[in-house]
Amino acid sequence: MSLHTMKRFDEELNELKGHILSMGGLVERAIENAVKSMLEQDEALAVKTVERDKVINALEVQCDEMTRSILVRRQPAAGDLRFIMGIIKLVTDLERMGDLAAGISKGMLRTLDHPPRNFSTLDVMGEKVVRQVNRALDAFSRGDTDLAMIVIEKDAGIDVLYKRMYREMLTYMMEDPREITSSIILSNVAKNLERIAAHATNIAEMVIYMERGHDIRHVDHEAAARLLAGED
Amino acid sequence: MSKSKINISNLKLWYGEDEALHGIDLDIADKKITSFIGPSGCGKSTLLRCMNRMNDHIPSCRIEGEILLDGEDIYAPAIDVVQLRTHVGMVFQKPNPFPKSIYENVAYAPRIHGLARKGDDMDELVETSLKKASLWNEVKEKLHQPGTALSGGQQQRLCIARTIAVKPEVILMDEPCSALDPIASAKIEELMDELKNEFTIIIVTHSMQQAARVSDNTAFFYMGNLIEFGKTGALFTQPQQKQTEDYITGRFG
Repeated sequence: MSLHTMKRFDEELNELKGHILSMGGLVERAIENAVKSMLEQDEALAVKTVERDKVINALEVQCDEMTRSILVRRQPAAGDLRFIMGIIKLVTDLERMGDLAAGISKGMLRTLDHPPRNFSTLDVMGEKVVRQVNRALDAFSRGDTDLAMIVIEKDAGIDVLYKRMYREMLTYMMEDPREITSSIILSNVAKNLERIAAHATNIAEMVIYMERGHDIRHVDHEAAARLLAGED
Repeated sequence: MSKSKINISNLKLWYGEDEALHGIDLDIADKKITSFIGPSGCGKSTLLRCMNRMNDHIPSCRIEGEILLDGEDIYAPAIDVVQLRTHVGMVFQKPNPFPKSIYENVAYAPRIHGLARKGDDMDELVETSLKKASLWNEVKEKLHQPGTALSGGQQQRLCIARTIAVKPEVILMDEPCSALDPIASAKIEELMDELKNEFTIIIVTHSMQQAARVSDNTAFFYMGNLIEFGKTGALFTQPQQKQTEDYITGRFG
């Protein structure tokens, strides 16, 4: 994309993008650390992760200020408008992902008195969800709609993992009532991871909107792929 | 898109040796507002002026192609240009009221075209025209004062009243707000929104925000070519052509 006649506008858009990427980086690390704190029963790491969510929240507020200023001063159109619209939605997703990661660490702190007997597939699920978030942010960073479509496609696999883990936790609870507390916490953790992946999917959908102008939310995957392919 | 009022096909225009329009094809929808945008010298005003044959006054100007108004070729030899301009009126960049009273500004054209005689008929026509131009309440007490004594925005609305007094079907507006402050501009824009129930409006504007605010359809011109034409909402959020995108996002040149 060529540069704006008004150079400051380009700088502002780049600053905003950089801001989102650093916020995304913090969110990614928060998810990793939250899952790690649970798996390794690392209380200090859990506390730190909960604490760091405040930084993510503050970045969200700053991002809103930046977008507000661009809207009022630049009155963006076309691709710039879609970019700003995308950022406004995407920043909410990132902030929610941060909250959900903090929620996982809070869950960890509640397991201190009820250490889980085993963590089922939490490690695998955690890795896959972090991967999804990473892909979504890469897709945003590079404006890569193919990668965004991969994120959307792979979300179904996360749902399968969540259901599997949920069923496993139910079995533990039925087998041994002493496992109820930890199993409920773990199935909530899995639920949070599933929600985080759903937010990553939202980001991927926004990337497609920003880059191509197609709103593929609530459209099935095949139809979305056809829409993107048929365009060129 | 709804029924079209004007069909332009393969319109080419030369000023002497210079080809200023390179074959424009465009359909203007009936009772909608169509805006023409593009950088200076792109041909948008030239095209607008073709639609009521204002370019006839330029000796070196030559035109090829076709402009149909309700299916009738406006460049056909049988067309009476004076009559044409009662069907296709024009409002200019700078308000240009006649140096006459407010009343006379509106009554002048209907009188010479025999649309109303003196007396009650004319009074009524002047009143309705001024009302349609949202000027009546501001001037009803001073109809016999000079039109040039009004503010810029009021003068422009007087020019619009003068245009609609001859009951045209199409109103051409060449940057009608560029000499006005934002409040006077907003009043013109509000007025355009009301007028489109009755008239087909084409507006040339340098303000992309204005085009986005007022028009149903937008045409983007560049160097004598129509680059893109479509619904205003779509054109300003998802333009199909890179040149359009670059222009409306301020990445030009």
